[in-house]
Amino acid sequence: MSILAKHGAYKQAYDVLRASGVDPLNVRFDAVLSPTEGVIGGRKMILLGTNNYLGLTFDPECVERAVEATRGQGTGTTGSRVANGTYGGHKELEGAIAKFYGRKHAMVFSTGYQANLGVLSTLVGRGDHLMLDADSHASIYDGSRLGYAEVIRFRHNNPDDLYKRLRRLEGVPGDRLIVVEGIYSMLGDTAPLREIAQVKRETGAYLLVDEAHSLGVLGETGRGLAEAAGVEADVDFIVGTFSKSLGSVGGFCVSDSDDFDIMRIISRPYMFTASLPPGVMASTLGALEQLQAQPHLRHDLMRNACRLYDGLRSMGFETGPEPNPIVAVAMPDQETAVMFWKMLIEGGVYLNLALPPATPSNVRLLRSSVSAAHTTAQIDTALDVFAETGRSLGFLTSGRRRAAGAL
Amino acid sequence: MRQNTQLAVVGGRDAPESGAPKRDADAGQSMRNEISTIFEEVLGRPVVIEDDTDIVEDLGMDSLGVMNFVMAIEDFYDISIPLDRIAQIRTVADLIHTVDDLRKGSAA
Repeated sequence: MSILAKHGAYKQAYDVLRASGVDPLNVRFDAVLSPTEGVIGGRKMILLGTNNYLGLTFDPECVERAVEATRGQGTGTTGSRVANGTYGGHKELEGAIAKFYGRKHAMVFSTGYQANLGVLSTLVGRGDHLMLDADSHASIYDGSRLGYAEVIRFRHNNPDDLYKRLRRLEGVPGDRLIVVEGIYSMLGDTAPLREIAQVKRETGAYLLVDEAHSLGVLGETGRGLAEAAGVEADVDFIVGTFSKSLGSVGGFCVSDSDDFDIMRIISRPYMFTASLPPGVMASTLGALEQLQAQPHLRHDLMRNACRLYDGLRSMGFETGPEPNPIVAVAMPDQETAVMFWKMLIEGGVYLNLALPPATPSNVRLLRSSVSAAHTTAQIDTALDVFAETGRSLGFLTSGRRRAAGAL
Repeated sequence: MRQNTQLAVVGGRDAPESGAPKRDADAGQSMRNEISTIFEEVLGRPVVIEDDTDIVEDLGMDSLGVMNFVMAIEDFYDISIPLDRIAQIRTVADLIHTVDDLRKGSAA
């Protein structure tokens, strides 16, 4: 009997999954060739599940800047900024992020997960109230447990339910912080941010938006959902990550809030982790510049996203509620989901198999994320593999595949 | 995506909420009956509950079922049950105690 025997139920479920001959939680790449191509089991794949929205991971200038910074400043900082100090890259990156968002302050973290942990645990504490969308990412739930605030969930994307819960708190002391996401990572749906901002104004709460999947994706200049919805002035804190559209790793928070910098000596996930290495910061800065200099990347991305989304829907697949770079296809049960996923890989298409409890409403999803770097031919190939797989599993009743090509 | 139960009064912002009756001597039994009805709505089958019924083990609820159930309870009694309080609830008696406690808190 091991100390880990308590996780027996998970082990059993995982064993069942692996018994079907696949291990979707532990895919091994032989090689990654480009933002859109990799090799699994000796077979070349179209990568359709990498969150590499702008396709900048192999951008020559970003790569060159990372190499240069690594040569000049070493491979790592070997400690936190509190102990080992701030490098030029940290200040430069914080300055660039703050400027990009038009905010007074910015703070960078070593991962996006830690940004949520660090910010949520510092903004609210005992006696405060944290209002979370029920479908929030794990990092938001985990961050909520680190700061001792009272945590209340509201129904996913339901401003009325949020309002009702804030109204119940009338007269109760303590700050209220509403947390929503720009694009939700499983179904690719956006938050109804205008309505949520209105609830925030009516109730005197603070509002934090996690733009992890929407930075570089939504908004006129790529700042995310708050920009797209025209409510940036209502958003007190924006949290995000460098690991998706900016192609590296790390997280950030921007705000105009007074006393922002006090977080640097309060936030434990910021203080007790090694800071970002120079090479990572250099490529991130490069990617942020590309994001601003090449707005066509966003347009290419949305064009590809719509092509995949519309193509799948026209074949009769059940997708998320709106076309975004995250395109999720619902599967009727786990067995079919696993089989479908496996056949897509055999057909040369890699995407994410998302199973409960990581998914909302216990749905089984084939979750793809589209890149600006995908060619139209790659998207069409993926659609063809979907169609063939769907047909052989008895999914698709009519062959309306051509409708996709007309878009 | 999420399924709301029909018990809930999930109207607009100004809609009247909560049909919860006043507490009286039979309040425990009365609340047990209400909770039983909400269980049946969420699970879609009849249930028999006692004070020591374990909500997850005995009723075979998964995490999604629990969440839908908690939200239906919250709507019915016009309360929000914070996550740390939910984590402490195992039995029907725990639930009755928590709901009672939160309702008293909001009435104070």
